[in-house]
Amino acid sequence: MRVSKRASGALAVGAAFALVATGCSSGNSDGGDAGASKDGAITIHGVQPENPLVPANTTETGGGKIIDNLWTGLVEYPNNGGAPQNALADTIETKDSKVFTIKIKQNTKFHDGTPVKAKNFVDAWNWAAYSPNGAANGSFFSDIQGYEDVATSDPDGDGPQKAPQPKVDKMSGLKVLDDWSFEVTLAAPTAVFPTKLGYSAFMPLPDAFFTQKAEDFGKKPIGNGPVKFVSWQDNVEIKLTRFDDYTLRDKLKIKDVTVKLYQDENAAYSDLISGNLDFMETVPTSALAGEKYKADLGDRALNTVTPSTAFIAFPIYDKRFANKDLRKAVSLSIDRQAISDKIFFGTRKPADSWANPLTPGAPAGNCTSCKFDPAQAKELLAKAGGFTGEMVFYYNADSSHKDWMEAVAQQVKTNLNINARAEGVPTFAVFRQNINAYKMKGPYRAAWQQDYPDIENWVNPLFTSTGSSNDGKYVNPAVDAGAKEASAAADLEASHKKFEEVLKLVDEDVPTIPIYFYGQQAGHSEKIKKLELTNVGELDLSSVEL
Amino acid sequence: MGRYLVRRLLQLVPVFIGTTFLIYWLVWSVPGDPFAGKCGERRCPQQYIDFMTDKYNLDQNIFVQYFTYMQNLLQGDFGETFSGRSINDIILTSYPNTMKLAVVALAIEAVIGLTAGVLTGLRRNGFLDNLVLVSTLFLIALPVFVVGFVLQWLFGVQWGIVKPTVSSEMRFSELIIPGFVLGSASMAYIARVARTSIAENRRSDYVRTAIAKGLPMRRVVGVHLLRNSLIPVVTLLGTDLGALMGGAIVTEGIFQINGIGRQVFRSIVTKESATVVSIVIVLVLVYLLMNLLVDLLYAALDPRIRYE
Repeated sequence: MRVSKRASGALAVGAAFALVATGCSSGNSDGGDAGASKDGAITIHGVQPENPLVPANTTETGGGKIIDNLWTGLVEYPNNGGAPQNALADTIETKDSKVFTIKIKQNTKFHDGTPVKAKNFVDAWNWAAYSPNGAANGSFFSDIQGYEDVATSDPDGDGPQKAPQPKVDKMSGLKVLDDWSFEVTLAAPTAVFPTKLGYSAFMPLPDAFFTQKAEDFGKKPIGNGPVKFVSWQDNVEIKLTRFDDYTLRDKLKIKDVTVKLYQDENAAYSDLISGNLDFMETVPTSALAGEKYKADLGDRALNTVTPSTAFIAFPIYDKRFANKDLRKAVSLSIDRQAISDKIFFGTRKPADSWANPLTPGAPAGNCTSCKFDPAQAKELLAKAGGFTGEMVFYYNADSSHKDWMEAVAQQVKTNLNINARAEGVPTFAVFRQNINAYKMKGPYRAAWQQDYPDIENWVNPLFTSTGSSNDGKYVNPAVDAGAKEASAAADLEASHKKFEEVLKLVDEDVPTIPIYFYGQQAGHSEKIKKLELTNVGELDLSSVEL
Repeated sequence: MGRYLVRRLLQLVPVFIGTTFLIYWLVWSVPGDPFAGKCGERRCPQQYIDFMTDKYNLDQNIFVQYFTYMQNLLQGDFGETFSGRSINDIILTSYPNTMKLAVVALAIEAVIGLTAGVLTGLRRNGFLDNLVLVSTLFLIALPVFVVGFVLQWLFGVQWGIVKPTVSSEMRFSELIIPGFVLGSASMAYIARVARTSIAENRRSDYVRTAIAKGLPMRRVVGVHLLRNSLIPVVTLLGTDLGALMGGAIVTEGIFQINGIGRQVFRSIVTKESATVVSIVIVLVLVYLLMNLLVDLLYAALDPRIRYE
């Protein structure tokens, strides 16, 4: 896999934050005390996984972070946010981005001692895609030839009819060549496919998985990653320990890791500052006010950026929001810098681009309507014929979005003289239900965190007419065509260039408006002398030294 | 006595059926599709939603769902959560924790509350009386989460005497502060009720007689006075134990205790009706039995009370 010019830009930013992340070690000699690390144990923050720990069935971060440590996939995403590198894969070869031949490293082991072979991948993927198994990540395999034959859905949504039984239970696009190699044929050329392979849905499963129920396996998962599973006490803790036969990367320098499952992040924070918890990836909002966490933690406070963006999305299916000049006017009337400074104390950065610039292939600063220009905003509003009635900005009230959404509404009100206000929807579930049913009556908050580091993940799901998260029904045939061409490009560099052009079209239409890039404030105990964060801001266990 | 007991136990049946259906219906009518927000900002695949809907009978009407649930329940099976965990296991692991905390809280409030009540009831209007009056007012006025966070911060973070949260072993020593927090408001009420009751009975004839007989003061207070004054206190303690057994969402949350309150809260939020109803059934049973126990205790304390 090659790193394009744009990606190396992101790499530089990433490297800078990796330095910040490891800056905590500077007070001591470089690194930790090897003796203390050797049999050391740490306790880190976690939340109870919602589902049994099966990679293809985990869609939330509580389980996701355990899965990411228990498994190592074909490729992995480096901590500095750069392009993926081969991990378990020896080579991934293709001539046309349609047929991939994947060779895996020989003689690596699962935690139960069995070798990781090509069939462990093929079987795992077939299991996840087969719809009667009900895997929540099943749709990740829709690129592969024969997916439609194994995944069927209820023809009338959730009504009396049942989904028909799939004709076959194996995708025709997957073929085991020998113990250590297999061939993947996609339905259409997809340049970004190798990048996706680091996502947890694509992890291999040991033979033991197929001899028991998925739920039972998920209670005592067997992976192939740097740590292995020891025990799981519901809502209390998950214990992990070093996997001594791990050969894909450096082994853990410490021995035991306890993931303490918290319900209340303030309780976790109290534990962190009193030294009973060694790492917390996101300090609670209450500790951000007045930069309290910096006073509490000193140089043990880490301030980094993550590749996620907060948006305000428009229900374009509502005629009142169909005019792109109106959407542009709203975007130009928002003072993002003020929101970042006053409400987030600078922990989040004003957004200026469509794809998060930490992502390989994503250019920075390509959102021309992300600046603050009330005069131009008023002109555009007049050109769009004004806005009559009330403009209500919706957010889910079970998370801390009230402050910034009200600020947005207030700015629109002041700068455009639109009768705007913000309104909370009680829970995320109700909020998403309305969005999924296309029943939103005004602009609403949205956020996107990439599944895998590539600009493709910021275009196809969000801006193409069939995109999985194009909730506003934005349709632009030119964008669709461009994205299709970009996805099918022969290599990543060409693909990135085309996607960049597609984003120029998106920039003219303003289907959503980027507001801020997420930052992350983590903290660790005095016990940890050295650490690194992964590309999504979780603790990289292999890097921890005591 | 025996007939009374049978009658009370029979009364449990309609209450049991009524409450379970009500709760089932309430959780069922909470707005929000359980799978709408489950996959984050992305829709869950239709295949996944179909699978779950079918597995948990979510496309049936509420009566069918309720009866299927009750059928399994009568066979001792509470069902499983959306993540496939057995609800029996959830209750079995978290309920002992809630009970431990409840017992510690009850012990603290009974000992401190009663001592303060007896001392102030015997010597009214003294310095101690005023001190207890003010401090109980203070405790009653403070919401539990304030007491919880302040004590956690003082003892756990500032002074470092205890760990801020309870460990997985649930050691007794770790439960003292959470128990105090949980019992603080009731402790204040108990002190006040005991004080009034003692002060009232202090002037009654039998106490005067006992003193006139020349009984030592310790015996007058300990046997004659206290036993008669305990009835309102026992009522309070009994209903409180029922409430404490119902779990303490706030206290369990602050101190990271894996109890039943946390489970109920989590299941309501994720709209898992089976889990909510199962836990509530256990709570309803405990509450009803506690009330029965208190009623029976009256007879033991006051020979004038008889049950037919």
